[in-house]
Amino acid sequence: MSKEVLVRVENVSKKFCRDLKTSLWYGVKDLTGELLGGRQGQSELRPKEFWAVKDVSFELRRGECLGLIGRNGAGKSTLLKMLNGLIKPDTGRITMDGRVGALIELGSGFNPILTGRENIYNNGSVLGISKKEIDKVIDEIIAFSEIEKFIDSPVAYYSSGMKVRLGFSVAVHMKPDVLILDEVLAVGDSGFKIKSFNKINEMMKNAAVIFVSHSMPNVAIISNKILLMEYGQMEFHGEDVSTGIDKYFDHFGGNDPKVEFDEFAQVEEVTVASSEKYLNLEGMPAVDYQDDLKVGIRVKVDPSIDWFHVKVQLTDKDLKIVGIYDSFQFQEPIQNDKEIHDLLAVIPNCIFINGEYSVTIFIQQRDMILKKWNLLGLYRYWTKFRVKASDALGYVPAVVYLPGRIEFSKELADGKSEIKKESNS
Amino acid sequence: MERRVYTPHSNIRKPWVMVREMARDIRKGNDLAKRLTIRDIKALYRQSFLGILWAFILPLANTLVWVFLNNSGIVSMGETDIPYPIYVFSGTMIWAIFMESMQAPIEKTTQNKSILAKVNFPREALIVAGIYQGLFNAGVKAIILIVALAIMGYFSGWTLLLFPIGVISLVLAGTAIGLVLTPLGMLYTDISKAIPLVMQFLMYTTPVVYAIPKEGLSSQIVRLNPITPLIMTTRDWLTGMQPEFLNGFLWMNLIVVVLLAIMLVAYRLAMPILIERMNA
Repeated sequence: MSKEVLVRVENVSKKFCRDLKTSLWYGVKDLTGELLGGRQGQSELRPKEFWAVKDVSFELRRGECLGLIGRNGAGKSTLLKMLNGLIKPDTGRITMDGRVGALIELGSGFNPILTGRENIYNNGSVLGISKKEIDKVIDEIIAFSEIEKFIDSPVAYYSSGMKVRLGFSVAVHMKPDVLILDEVLAVGDSGFKIKSFNKINEMMKNAAVIFVSHSMPNVAIISNKILLMEYGQMEFHGEDVSTGIDKYFDHFGGNDPKVEFDEFAQVEEVTVASSEKYLNLEGMPAVDYQDDLKVGIRVKVDPSIDWFHVKVQLTDKDLKIVGIYDSFQFQEPIQNDKEIHDLLAVIPNCIFINGEYSVTIFIQQRDMILKKWNLLGLYRYWTKFRVKASDALGYVPAVVYLPGRIEFSKELADGKSEIKKESNS
Repeated sequence: MERRVYTPHSNIRKPWVMVREMARDIRKGNDLAKRLTIRDIKALYRQSFLGILWAFILPLANTLVWVFLNNSGIVSMGETDIPYPIYVFSGTMIWAIFMESMQAPIEKTTQNKSILAKVNFPREALIVAGIYQGLFNAGVKAIILIVALAIMGYFSGWTLLLFPIGVISLVLAGTAIGLVLTPLGMLYTDISKAIPLVMQFLMYTTPVVYAIPKEGLSSQIVRLNPITPLIMTTRDWLTGMQPEFLNGFLWMNLIVVVLLAIMLVAYRLAMPILIERMNA
């Protein structure tokens, strides 16, 4: 049932040196060791060294796509360089079977003064593909990259998007058994991205893909395995993509509470009410899927202000704004008739996906004459809460789980014919 | 299906695997080397008005300086078997062939640093491309030399047919010596900074602009210099003189071939370590 293993990584480590001069000196030593044949695995750190990759093991079969994720500097690119044979591991063993196609940086093999067409041939021969083989696929490459008009202009005149189109197109048409993609699709426009994902999916039937990206929706779409790295080590490895991505997001506590503006309104406290079934849970408040989200706000507004509105903005861990509630849309302004207001914003039917969210509070005033908003207070990421839906669903590349139900109809509902419910009894 | 295994161990411990992989890569890399050569030669002349003329403008200027110095009596270059202008012009041209080939490995590796750090391709292709380009440049110089000599009314005869052998030896010798310096030169820029200095010294201990002194310490140094037989024999073939250093020339060629083979292996072994430290 399972196809053959194409990539086998066993206890691989790599160390780097923090200091340039020392690094060069170690380089001389390693060089001597390599040339005299004495060099072996080095599992000890020398002074000023650190593990850029430590004890990583995994296997990848034909038909699998490994999403390699982790923060900047977690060791992803170093691991890729070892897989591609550019640098040697310091411990362990890497076995790669078949033709390896790697797109580590866009257009890295391009010569700016040559035309796109000349570069396709050059790039091909760098990857070890003969002119004859390229002749067979060159039309396909050009068609896929959609830059027919510019294919005979020097690559120096290409935009970065055009370069990535050409680079990706060359790499995937070389029929690699192992395809390594390091954050290369980030530059392409959405049309090309979709096309590329479809192409990768199509290729995955016959190849093993290693995909590095910081865009979790992309990783979730394409990967069927995940490897999360942190400080050079494997933090999570498995087929449970959504857990891996959740763990990745856990590393970002970066959205620290911040008072951005408090001249006319001071928010003293913001709370989120836990759902009843999670009342005993430790840590941040948890809201059950489809419960009401209740945000309590204690605010002091400057006496010179007569009326104000409240805006609640919800942000996910990726700092993406997932929802905004604005009282202006639903009611009259709140009268500033007491020193301290205890307000409760009730947002019904919370259908966000599993995960952690931050609450940002805007207190503002509508200038009816000038038709503009005056900001009174802004408290960013002031409190956090968790949404708990079915654990089995986990991370999905979406903002909400849509509620709904399946009904059985006699014919295809097209809005004209009447939907007839089938009774279960 | 092709399998590649990467371990921390020095590849030299499995010489047969290494030699087999090298043979495969050199074969595969030849196509790439040709492309790189064409690319670099195109790039060299694309943004230049005088283009290929630069190949002899510098040696010509040099020649004029030395001819002036010699004629004015400021320095004495000794007795040469052939007219002095021809001696010094052919000497500087031949020396330039050697020097360019020597600088090629470091230059090529530095130029292609970013590709080396990102794409896995047969590294030998860079060196082979350097040799091709060296041969191309040398060919241009050789033609200029022969034409220039003909214009001066000098024609040497059948030994001209041996002249290309001398040129090829010079290119290979230059490449081999350049390769010795490359691994260290990629780590420390001191190497490439010191090369012009050392080369200048080397040039004055080689009979490029003056004849070999008849006796004395300087005569011995010049005769011991391993480059002397290469330069002298090549020039003798060009000018139709009896090659005085033919034995030394043959020995040097043998040494060069062995050195080149060893250094190609060393270059291959050194590359992953250099890439790691180069931070390209």
